[in-house]
Amino acid sequence: MNVVLSKSFTFDNDKNNMAEHVLNPEKWIDSYADYLFNYAISRINDAEIAKDLVQETFLAGLKSAKNYKGDAAERTWLIAILKRKVIDHYRKTNSKKGRAEVRMDYSAHTDAQGDWLEEQVADPLSSVENDAIENQELGQAIHSCIAKLPKKQALVFTMKTIQGMDTETICNELNINPSNLWVMIHRARTGLMGCLNKNWFKP
Amino acid sequence: MMISCEKAALICNKTQYREATFMEKMKLKFHLFMCKNCPEFVERNTKLTALCQKANLQCLTQDDKRRMKRLLKEKS
Repeated sequence: MNVVLSKSFTFDNDKNNMAEHVLNPEKWIDSYADYLFNYAISRINDAEIAKDLVQETFLAGLKSAKNYKGDAAERTWLIAILKRKVIDHYRKTNSKKGRAEVRMDYSAHTDAQGDWLEEQVADPLSSVENDAIENQELGQAIHSCIAKLPKKQALVFTMKTIQGMDTETICNELNINPSNLWVMIHRARTGLMGCLNKNWFKP
Repeated sequence: MMISCEKAALICNKTQYREATFMEKMKLKFHLFMCKNCPEFVERNTKLTALCQKANLQCLTQDDKRRMKRLLKEKS
């Protein structure tokens, strides 16, 4: 009797742990596509290739979903896949040119971001490279905050701010009126200010 | 002439996308002169716009996302 009880207890525990890190492929695109795309494009500098890599990442994620142990957050896990895809992309293009392979990641342990080659030759006093890295991080911070917004707000904010669409076009496409749009923009912006506050709104 | 804080926030949001009229901007200026709370909102909102520009944000189009969703659904 005791054994049964403790078994069901651990099972419940497992379920709770799983609830924290569980794969949810239906939500991948809405939650992570822009985040991954931003990560890829800041390293590849070609929108088409970046787009392909993001798509391949999702497909590879789906394929190896059964190997997902749940010890990393979903997004971290997807980024890890994308990171390999970016490295593979550079390996392929390098070998095509018959050049030596360039290792892109500094270390397997960190999620360090930036251009390895550039940093190796960087002038430590120059702030240009650091600015570029900071901007990459900023872009990722903003995208992860957008992903936390309610879906409709995130969509309107993205269309307006990132795609730069005008109010009328968005209203037509989403079938809303301008005052709806501005309410959603207001909520999105307030949400983002709160989300980014801790790191980026320092005085 | 004095507008509400809600109206001021709306004009401030429009300003972030260069969609506020001259008259609206004047009303906002006047409001900010009189209001205690709104200047902080305007400052933070403007900062958010600056951050978004600095980050040079990129995103996939809705069509791309729809296509990926379809593909993911087919494969799952």
